Amino acid sequence: MTAWLDKRFKWVVTMPAVLFVLVMMAFPILYTVRLSFFEWSMSAAAPPKWTGLDNYAKLLSDTRFWHAVKATVWFSFGALILETVLGVAIALLLHRNFKGKESAKTIFLLPMVATPVAMGLVWVLIYEPTNGILNVMLQSIGLKPLNWLGSVNQVIPSLIVIDVWQWTPMISLIVMAGLTTLPQEPYESADVDGAAGWQKLFYITLPLLRPTILTAVMLRLIDVIKTFDIIYATTQGGPGTASETLNIYGYVLAFHYFQLGKASALLVLFFLLVLGLTLLMICARRSKEGDR
Amino acid sequence: MKRRKRISRFVQNVLTYLVLLIFSFPLIWMVLSSFKTQVQIQSAEQMFWFKPTGRNYADVFGQYNFFKYMLNSLIVAIGSTLASLLLGLPAAYGIARYRLNSLGVTILIARIIPGISFLIPWYIIFSMLGLVDTYTALILSHMLVGLPFVIWVMIAYFESLPLEIEEAGAIDGCSKLGVFLRIVLPISGPGIITSSLMSVIFSWNHFMFSVILAAEKTKTLPIAVFNFLSYSEVNWGGLMAAATIITTPVLVIALIAQKFIIDGLSAGAVKG
Repeated sequence: MTAWLDKRFKWVVTMPAVLFVLVMMAFPILYTVRLSFFEWSMSAAAPPKWTGLDNYAKLLSDTRFWHAVKATVWFSFGALILETVLGVAIALLLHRNFKGKESAKTIFLLPMVATPVAMGLVWVLIYEPTNGILNVMLQSIGLKPLNWLGSVNQVIPSLIVIDVWQWTPMISLIVMAGLTTLPQEPYESADVDGAAGWQKLFYITLPLLRPTILTAVMLRLIDVIKTFDIIYATTQGGPGTASETLNIYGYVLAFHYFQLGKASALLVLFFLLVLGLTLLMICARRSKEGDR
Repeated sequence: MKRRKRISRFVQNVLTYLVLLIFSFPLIWMVLSSFKTQVQIQSAEQMFWFKPTGRNYADVFGQYNFFKYMLNSLIVAIGSTLASLLLGLPAAYGIARYRLNSLGVTILIARIIPGISFLIPWYIIFSMLGLVDTYTALILSHMLVGLPFVIWVMIAYFESLPLEIEEAGAIDGCSKLGVFLRIVLPISGPGIITSSLMSVIFSWNHFMFSVILAAEKTKTLPIAVFNFLSYSEVNWGGLMAAATIITTPVLVIALIAQKFIIDGLSAGAVKG
């Protein structure tokens, strides 16, 4: 028995997880791909009907789909750029020695772990147009109140603010971890040469941090593009379809309209988009590393 | 020169504390509002100075049945974490020791693929099996959140353990399973804590799977909080109390186990 087990040990230990992956991940993915060639509304009376590439054709001529693509890109890249710039800046601030450094790091951790749906609703209260604290503050300094989440033009920037609040800390944490591993010698020789603080920052710290920053950006990109909770909790894609990203539209198609085929087609395209961007980032990082 | 340095230091400190205030503000605001009446929430004069009330908390537990949803969330979070450990620990050990990298990459796909791609087939299958609105369906789906954490964190952890310890065990006549169970697992505490905490927190916070797969019987906290929006007039005080209740356990864990959480959140970033 023991000998049998020892011989097949690596398969025995991995088998349960492999089975889980096959049943709960691989099968559903294949099923989604298959479903994207059918028309079905989850009714037992009308079985799925084969329609070939029809769902894809419909989707590509659907203005709401293209609007969702635009909303996804606008939201994701807006959030990603702000989070990267702020995240690196804040990491540099928190990396210095100051009173309460450890508790500062802990406080900074909280937005990331706080329940997103609950925090989305807190932001709805903060953004409340008539008596939310943001508009009260705007009015108290003599500015006009804004409609924030209720306005077609302001809704995406308002959502970006929520995402930046929630996820900038992640970029900072990763960059801070990177900062502690930087070598000391370049700084010592820079001091000998009499370099100013900003010169050290731009010519030593940031270039050395580049791989770390790129990793953080890549991890964030994978998640930001799929943002669901905070958008669904605050606007559910509204007003109208102004903040309807691909993930929200896919959800609406599947679970509000029960157009499972079209929703599946959207998810397949969405997955290809995420995969493509991820591979692009990996290549970008590899080629940058190859330069040196 | 010295003076300039001191001023710049002062400015940086002020900036640091300002940043911290801004980032903690939504949480502070949530807690403050949870002690306000509906009238106080809607009054610009009583933003920071008001007479606190505990009514909202009494309502959330009494009228809105939050104990039940809390229990549901707890069962699902702990159930899915235990199941993820059960599958993930041996798998991670196998991947780390025998360099089964392709399996590790497959698990990574769980992170890249949008959750709804799994949700449509699950919903169809769980409906056919009569498993919608059961803990089984929720725990299975939430394992998709927990298992990747367990596997990534533990692969890195097992790889960092010195091989000599295991070789010594093998010489003493332990089987491979014995080495894993009696030698490796007992010294893997930190890794197991990190991955369990991540799995519990992110299952507790998860919204999308439960919103579809749970109904009244197994509804978890995030859905109960979200449902506050469906009442005709939003009870803001109650909603903020509910939000405070759902976030408090997570925040407490984060405060106590800060080091583990930071390790978990940056897992994967280190290896790139």
